[in-house]
Amino acid sequence: MNVHDLAEKLGLTVFSLPESDREAKGVYIGDLLSWVMGRAQSGQVWITIMSNINVIAVASLSDVACVILAEGVTVEDNILEAANQRGINLLGSEKSAYEIALELSGLV
Amino acid sequence: MVKAMSDERLGFHFDVDGTNFTSAGQASVEVKKNLRQIGVPPEIIRKVSIAMYEGEINMVIHAGGGTADVYVSEHCVEIVLRDEGPGIANVDLAMQEGFSTAPDNIRSLGFGAGMGLPNMKRYTDEMNIETQLGKGTCITMRVNF
Repeated sequence: MNVHDLAEKLGLTVFSLPESDREAKGVYIGDLLSWVMGRAQSGQVWITIMSNINVIAVASLSDVACVILAEGVTVEDNILEAANQRGINLLGSEKSAYEIALELSGLV
Repeated sequence: MVKAMSDERLGFHFDVDGTNFTSAGQASVEVKKNLRQIGVPPEIIRKVSIAMYEGEINMVIHAGGGTADVYVSEHCVEIVLRDEGPGIANVDLAMQEGFSTAPDNIRSLGFGAGMGLPNMKRYTDEMNIETQLGKGTCITMRVNF
């Protein structure tokens, strides 16, 4: 499923969607950035509660399909700008990482 | 910055700003872009850029910045990271997953998990650490393809 359809189906907040047709396959959940970078696979959906600027760099380097910020975490303008510049799809949800993962189950 | 090497390798040089943690990663993202442009395979790019990003973060957290040089030749990418920081007191310990001397403010940003050096080793085919207490550290990594 592509990221645009995913955002629509789960009713996610769209912070940035510069590569909306990117296919998502699999999910990784984590907040320790080095750990995520070492484990997340290219094309996965990454769910986190971290929202600092380094999240954009990690998403870019690990080549995930999109980032979903859980539990109502929001982002500042400079992060949105970096996400758009680097082609990072950044979404948000009020739900917990676990609840989001349950909804993603079977979709990606 | 791109420079032509006398031995026909392509080289990129970056200064890593040790004062601005939020801009850490710029060199890695730039390298990723440059390697993509010259047609290096995606999996190699992923390895190089992750290893380099960890190195950059380490230099910012521990050493007040440094320099990063990336050399591309026919069969490998070599990354050389140099800093004039405090050096690594116990390299074996630092190579263990989970061991970290990063301060709390760094941990709150999602780093300092003790994964930096282990990730650099995991994502490269060769890694060499030269370090001297009070003088600095030079890490050379190579990814073959």
